[in-house]
Amino acid sequence: MSATHPVSVAGARPAHAWRLAERLPLLVTLALFVAMSAAGGVLYDGFLSPQVFLNLLIDNAFLCIVAVGLTFVILTGGIDLSVGAVIAFTSVLSAALVQRHGWHPLAAIPLVLALGTGFGALMGVLIRRYRLQPFVVTLAGMFLARGAATLISVDSINIEHPAYVAIAALRIPVGGGASLSFGALLALAVVAGGVALARLTRFGRTVYAIGGNEQSAWLMGLPVGSTLVGVYALSGFCSALAGVVYTFYMLSGYSQHAMGLELDAIAAVVIGGTLLSGGKGHVLGSLVGVLILGLIQTLIVFDGTLSSWWTRIAIGVLLLAFCLLQRLLVARHGGA
Amino acid sequence: MKTSFAIGLAHGLQTIASRPLFWPLLTLALLLAGNGLVNPGFLSLQWRDGHLYGNLVDIANRAAPLILVSLGMTLVIAVRGLDISVGAIAAIAATVAAWTLLRLQAGDGDARGLLPLFAALAAAIAAAAACGLWNGLLVTKVGMQPIIATLILMVAGRGIAQLIGDGQILTVYYAPYSYLGNGFLLGLPFALFVVVAVFALLHVLLGRTALGLFVRAMGHNPQAAHVAGVRTKGISLALYTSCGISAGLAGLLVSSNVASADANSVGYLMELDAILAVCLGGTALTGGRFSLAGSLVGALIIQTLTSTIYAVGVPPQVNLVAKALLVFAVMLLQSPEFRRSVRGLAMRAGAGGAR
Repeated sequence: MSATHPVSVAGARPAHAWRLAERLPLLVTLALFVAMSAAGGVLYDGFLSPQVFLNLLIDNAFLCIVAVGLTFVILTGGIDLSVGAVIAFTSVLSAALVQRHGWHPLAAIPLVLALGTGFGALMGVLIRRYRLQPFVVTLAGMFLARGAATLISVDSINIEHPAYVAIAALRIPVGGGASLSFGALLALAVVAGGVALARLTRFGRTVYAIGGNEQSAWLMGLPVGSTLVGVYALSGFCSALAGVVYTFYMLSGYSQHAMGLELDAIAAVVIGGTLLSGGKGHVLGSLVGVLILGLIQTLIVFDGTLSSWWTRIAIGVLLLAFCLLQRLLVARHGGA
Repeated sequence: MKTSFAIGLAHGLQTIASRPLFWPLLTLALLLAGNGLVNPGFLSLQWRDGHLYGNLVDIANRAAPLILVSLGMTLVIAVRGLDISVGAIAAIAATVAAWTLLRLQAGDGDARGLLPLFAALAAAIAAAAACGLWNGLLVTKVGMQPIIATLILMVAGRGIAQLIGDGQILTVYYAPYSYLGNGFLLGLPFALFVVVAVFALLHVLLGRTALGLFVRAMGHNPQAAHVAGVRTKGISLALYTSCGISAGLAGLLVSSNVASADANSVGYLMELDAILAVCLGGTALTGGRFSLAGSLVGALIIQTLTSTIYAVGVPPQVNLVAKALLVFAVMLLQSPEFRRSVRGLAMRAGAGGAR
């Protein structure tokens, strides 16, 4: 049994066994997702309809996009706490530009995307150049973005621009009477792009190498500095893009939007099997992590009898059950 | 000569600057001095009615809960852990204390000495310790990543607190309990004595016994520490439990101060402020290097920032931005790389004259 081998001989295992062990957390997460869905199907009528699952994607599209960017950051062993605040800033700024200053969305959206990317890159430079702790830099970034959003507008701004309303109402049929929103499609595209970036490019390999051991990556001559800055810029871009999707979803800009979303995003990435210490994980896992969080919420909505505090406790218990099961299954089969 | 004196001074400064506590203390001193310049009355202390009054006392008093939480947080971060449930634990402790007090007071109306107080304190601290122990078990026995293990309690904890209070804000009128957060002892706020007691206890445990060495060893390399015979799991459990207890104490101070326990607001976002305080104090989030005194100073820096922002009278919307910019400034000031590049720039600007 591979489980009885000590960790140190992992490299001596056959290649396919190693790959299985590496993929196992992701497979376990997927299996648990299926099991939870089945449980929901048994407990509640109408749970297993395709639209319920597509709604997971529609309602969590922004979380999904943020999680892809965050996965890269966490893979390098860093963290980005500013994602929720950047979403709020993006939504407020684009709402203010479109609604109050009469900008066309096609001008406002590229601007907020550029701002988000620049903001992420700036944090990356601070982290890289001055060796500051990512946690503190991005926490200050969170204060800054949230504060800047409040400075633009204290009140919520509703968006009535026809282009926004049209895109928000857009439903793309995917067969069987089910449909996806524009944001959900965009989220899927971002996940696909993220997978490709992580698996097929030099940038992606460097990210994994830095997470494994930054010193070795540097000694190998990999562009550690630019990659680190790039990773935070990518996360900033994803957050801004998520902010754009969020704005479509809510049709408003508000400085208190997406409060505490950073923890949901981190939870999604980690549930998806990415280690917070860096070096190990999958972009695809983060998608499944987001879907699992969404599924927990959906199960509670379907139940419908829980008062607000029981909802919190139920989410905690489900999260616990999920993490315990994952640990149990991974420990039994994967060794690591 | 003037230059040799300058070089000597620079060397002396460099020796002092290499002390871990130097930069956090300098930051705090600069902040206080800045306040003193803007508002000359800021630093003054007065003795009135047998109590010491002044902004400095006020800052220390208000920082007390955050200091307690930061001290506990330092312990878990020292062994590569993290506890993001401290705010929820504070809320649980506060509601448990308030609930116990209300029950005992409803029992038979008149006051029966200090029994309700001790019962409430014991119940609250036991609850907080149980929360910390639970986190520790998830991390050490189950092997979850600390942030996820404590995320569970962070999500569920406020729900549990609401459940205890039945969704209500519990209001307590009981003088001995109110003394915790509002009372004065020897002219100083009682909360400061709690802080000093906890700090002294931890300082003795980690600075004067082998425990501190073990904790550092575990932070540097958990595997190596385990192989070397350090009982890593037991120590981790104890550290998470201590972190829970200190968060519980903070919750007690907060709820006693406002004579009520609100499951939603006690310790809200306190985990982030505490981690920030720990980082500002020079503790590495990667473990192995920690400073209890640094975290204490870090928490004071955060509270001084908050008080400064209020004192300057900026509109509330600017608060967060100002706090963020100040945090960036503080971090850059503490970064050796940043100081080196500034020094390089200054030398080039000085046309290479100094050396």
